[in-house]
Amino acid sequence: MTDLLLELFSEEIPARMQKQASDDLKKMVTTGLVEAGLLFESAGVLVTPRRLCLSVVGLTDRSPNLKEERKGPRVDAPEKAIEGFLRGVGMSKDQLEIRNERKGKVYFALIEKPGRAAAEIIAEVVPSVVRNFPWPKSMRWGAGSLKWVRPLHSILCILYDTEGAELVPFEVGGILSVDTTQGHRFHAPVSFKVTSFDQYASELAKSYVVLDAAERAAIIWNDATNKAFALGLEVVEDKELLAEVAGLVEWPVVLVGDIAEDFLSLPSEVLRLSMKEHQKFFSVRDPKTDRIEKFVTVANRETVDNGMTILAGNEKVLFARLSDAKFFWENDLRVAKTGAGLWVEKLASVTFHNKLGSQAERIDRIVVLAKDIAPKLGLDSVVVEDAARFAKVDLSSEMVYEFPELQGVMGRYYAASAGKAVDVASAAQEHYSPLGPSDDVPSAPVSVTVALADKLDTLAGFWSIDEKPTGSKDPFALRRAALGVIRLVLENGLRLGISDVICRFYVDCAKRLENSKLLLSKDDGGAFSQSFEQAVAPSAHHDTHEWRSVRLSRPLASLNEPLIEKSFSEGAKISFRPSVSENLLSFFHDRLKVYLRNKGISHDVIDACLITPRNDDFTLLVKRVEALQAFVVSDDGTNLLQGFKRANNILTQAEERDGVEYSYGADMKFAEQDEERALFAALEVAERAIAPAIELEKFGEAMKAMAGLREPIDAFFEAVQINADSDTVRRNRLNLLSRIRSVMGQVADFNKIEG
Amino acid sequence: MSALVKAKPKSFQEIILRLQGYWADKGCAVMQPYDMEVGAGTFHPATTLRSLGSNSWAAAYVQPSRRPTDGRYAENPNRLQHYYQYQVLIKPSPPDLQALYLGSLEAIGIDLNLHDIRFVEDDWESPTLGAWGLGWEIWCDGMEVSQFTYFQQVGGHDCKPVSGELTYGLERLAMYVLGVNHVMDMPYNDPDASIALTYGDVFKQTEQEYSRWNFDVADTETLLKHFEDAEAECQRILDVPDEDPKTGKWIVMAHPAYDQCIKASHLFNLLDARGVISVTERQAYIGRVRALSKMCADAFVQTEAGGSAPESMPR
Repeated sequence: MTDLLLELFSEEIPARMQKQASDDLKKMVTTGLVEAGLLFESAGVLVTPRRLCLSVVGLTDRSPNLKEERKGPRVDAPEKAIEGFLRGVGMSKDQLEIRNERKGKVYFALIEKPGRAAAEIIAEVVPSVVRNFPWPKSMRWGAGSLKWVRPLHSILCILYDTEGAELVPFEVGGILSVDTTQGHRFHAPVSFKVTSFDQYASELAKSYVVLDAAERAAIIWNDATNKAFALGLEVVEDKELLAEVAGLVEWPVVLVGDIAEDFLSLPSEVLRLSMKEHQKFFSVRDPKTDRIEKFVTVANRETVDNGMTILAGNEKVLFARLSDAKFFWENDLRVAKTGAGLWVEKLASVTFHNKLGSQAERIDRIVVLAKDIAPKLGLDSVVVEDAARFAKVDLSSEMVYEFPELQGVMGRYYAASAGKAVDVASAAQEHYSPLGPSDDVPSAPVSVTVALADKLDTLAGFWSIDEKPTGSKDPFALRRAALGVIRLVLENGLRLGISDVICRFYVDCAKRLENSKLLLSKDDGGAFSQSFEQAVAPSAHHDTHEWRSVRLSRPLASLNEPLIEKSFSEGAKISFRPSVSENLLSFFHDRLKVYLRNKGISHDVIDACLITPRNDDFTLLVKRVEALQAFVVSDDGTNLLQGFKRANNILTQAEERDGVEYSYGADMKFAEQDEERALFAALEVAERAIAPAIELEKFGEAMKAMAGLREPIDAFFEAVQINADSDTVRRNRLNLLSRIRSVMGQVADFNKIEG
Repeated sequence: MSALVKAKPKSFQEIILRLQGYWADKGCAVMQPYDMEVGAGTFHPATTLRSLGSNSWAAAYVQPSRRPTDGRYAENPNRLQHYYQYQVLIKPSPPDLQALYLGSLEAIGIDLNLHDIRFVEDDWESPTLGAWGLGWEIWCDGMEVSQFTYFQQVGGHDCKPVSGELTYGLERLAMYVLGVNHVMDMPYNDPDASIALTYGDVFKQTEQEYSRWNFDVADTETLLKHFEDAEAECQRILDVPDEDPKTGKWIVMAHPAYDQCIKASHLFNLLDARGVISVTERQAYIGRVRALSKMCADAFVQTEAGGSAPESMPR
């Protein structure tokens, strides 16, 4: 048993790649060793900006000897065949064994593959790992052709045990393996011999290298929090930044610096972002006031002046950075205080999308949607309009131009300084949420309204210009927007018919834009009577100014307004057709399936509910889905489902064969057996209970009523022969099965449920 | 303190002189700035073209660089529409290039024992040159003082061998070393000289003049026409048969063509500063310049300096 130590020493590895690289190194080397027949007890990896290090403990000395037996031709086979076999196994005839088989004497070759020494295997595995390493981006250097993330300088590779250590000799891309390494670039750039992992680690510690990234992160965090604590302050936690900074240094030295008084009045988000993005500084705040007052920077070395020069340099750089930020902030505040009119004007000349017009046009559309949704949340449309109009003005501000990440955050500050109400200011920030599946969903009604309006405008807009996500491509983040709508609706328990909202929106857009001339005129009867098929036929010319009036159809039948297709402005157009919103609804349903799948609801249960009425009211839909999910996994549910499927299969077959639809209603007087009569009665009871329960959205009760059908259906199939001699009785029985289908169909489409 | 560290330099020009001396000592050919307007030292043919082909190369030079959109009428403490880069290109990149670079910092008075030097990931890409490389930005106490790049591709050609490129932003670096807060206050020559000049004495007025011209006065019709002329001339030069009828020699005119490519690139920058290039047009212009630089690179690699053996050339 021996231990292996491998270190790949290079120029600085980008911080963001270090973790993955160390995992890859461990996986690739250990896999290579095991595939070659070696075994080991444990393996660990460590990484610094300049080295990837792997330690394998308890490695077997050799791979095992392997024996292989190969059957050859018969002894009396043609000489050519025997020669071929000998060539294949690399043996001579006298080395072969002859065995008596059923068909005669046959040659056998017994091949022994001797095991190989660990060093020999390592010398093959490591060069191959180096050549095939999966860096996200790699490069060549000098005159060589080897690729690595940055120039690779040396490879330390030794096998060692209690007796001593020996170099594993190999060469890759002109680099010869060695048994030496060196310390910190500035503190200890001298080469030393390595004899074991423990000696390596302790020698490096003396040479100003902390090998373990987690240990470096811990040192940074502890020193930073201790130093802040001593000043009565605390470090703002930022795990992502901590990991990055730990990947930039081999010898972390924490320094606390001052932020010049001038900048302390900047919003804390601006200070934090500016310091993090540009300088990789941690923010240090006063827990009493929440104000950011100092910063922490992490140097890669100690100095005789205890970092004073380094700190002074960093403070100076920060001063320049924050001077810029302060300049933007003050300019922005001046605009905000006058009501931000300048920004609103500017948005008219900023393109949102070349087919969807300017940002100003987009905001107008969001206002329409927000005002339409407002009553559902009991909101006054004046407040909502104010919030929707202000929500995006910060996009014109200098600060957001410099730091796009601050969109919304700045909006809130600027709304406040423009004298807007608190909920209007909050909406400026919160209307972007939720950004991802785990992001918080706003609950303040104004924020919810504007957030919905923003996302629905995006979806309806891109849908109408046929920019839909395909495969992995979703450049306008429409999936995220749809999930956002779903979460906003569900997590706030909103009752909203999304199709109606989108439809009214399309119509309203058109109305506003075209002085309502031909549109909606009652004498446009011809267009109203167009068939649905004609209406949804794709228009050949998107660029014409010709009106297309169409009648809406299911599921939008509640609306009688015609839809139109019209240019928004020069070169910007949206076509409004029912197919667009139906198609968009099924996109929402797909997102809903993903969302509910993560909550343990299977897709077929959702499918079964999708054809029910008001399927664009997600809160209602999910209530139904959850009740059905609970039912289908229950004992009654599983059995009833079997009964339903059986009834449906018999019925479908009979309908196909007979060419009729058995939906005339069964008649009790043709019932011959008790089980038939009992099913009649049970269906009566169930039907009477289900309809009102669904009407009241008490889906649990509807399921309970259905559960009552299980036994009568089971008993019916047990005792009753559908294909009776009398055709009347047979048809009556099929009609009875049809009632099972229609009664249960009130709750969901059970055909869709698998199992 | 290291004995190698010299006394602090006193002026902008002293920093340049020390860099020239240092890289000359390290064996680089100290070249002069290219005599055309360029956006960065990389555009100098001593970098762009010489990074192509198999011949070894080592050059260092100052290159005035123009970025019309960065003009601030001499008011911003560190933004200029005309500034200087110090450029080093060594092919193949030597294994000790990082150490050589650190030595140059010491040469200009940065004590490596007192400062925190960091190599922070920064990949370089020039869409107009069809070039990319991997490397870092070098931080000195949190301040970016240089770019360090291993060229992988230029003009669409793989760099074999790879060149190591160092680019120092001279004003910023000098301001840091000299402890100056506003670029215009920086001593240009020795502050104790009888006629002591600041950077502002030399460049304040020109910054104002060019800022105004770049942003508001340059005639866009003319610029556009010049752009198209340069583009056409570049193409025309390369379309001429390589064999010169007068001398009977094989003369590929890669450099004259590349001059036109440089011109087109700078004209594009000027048009951009005038705000007449829309977001969608922008990509198209960049693509046109890239097409020129690719053609020039294709031509250069057929020349002797570009690594083609003379005997392999048709006569």
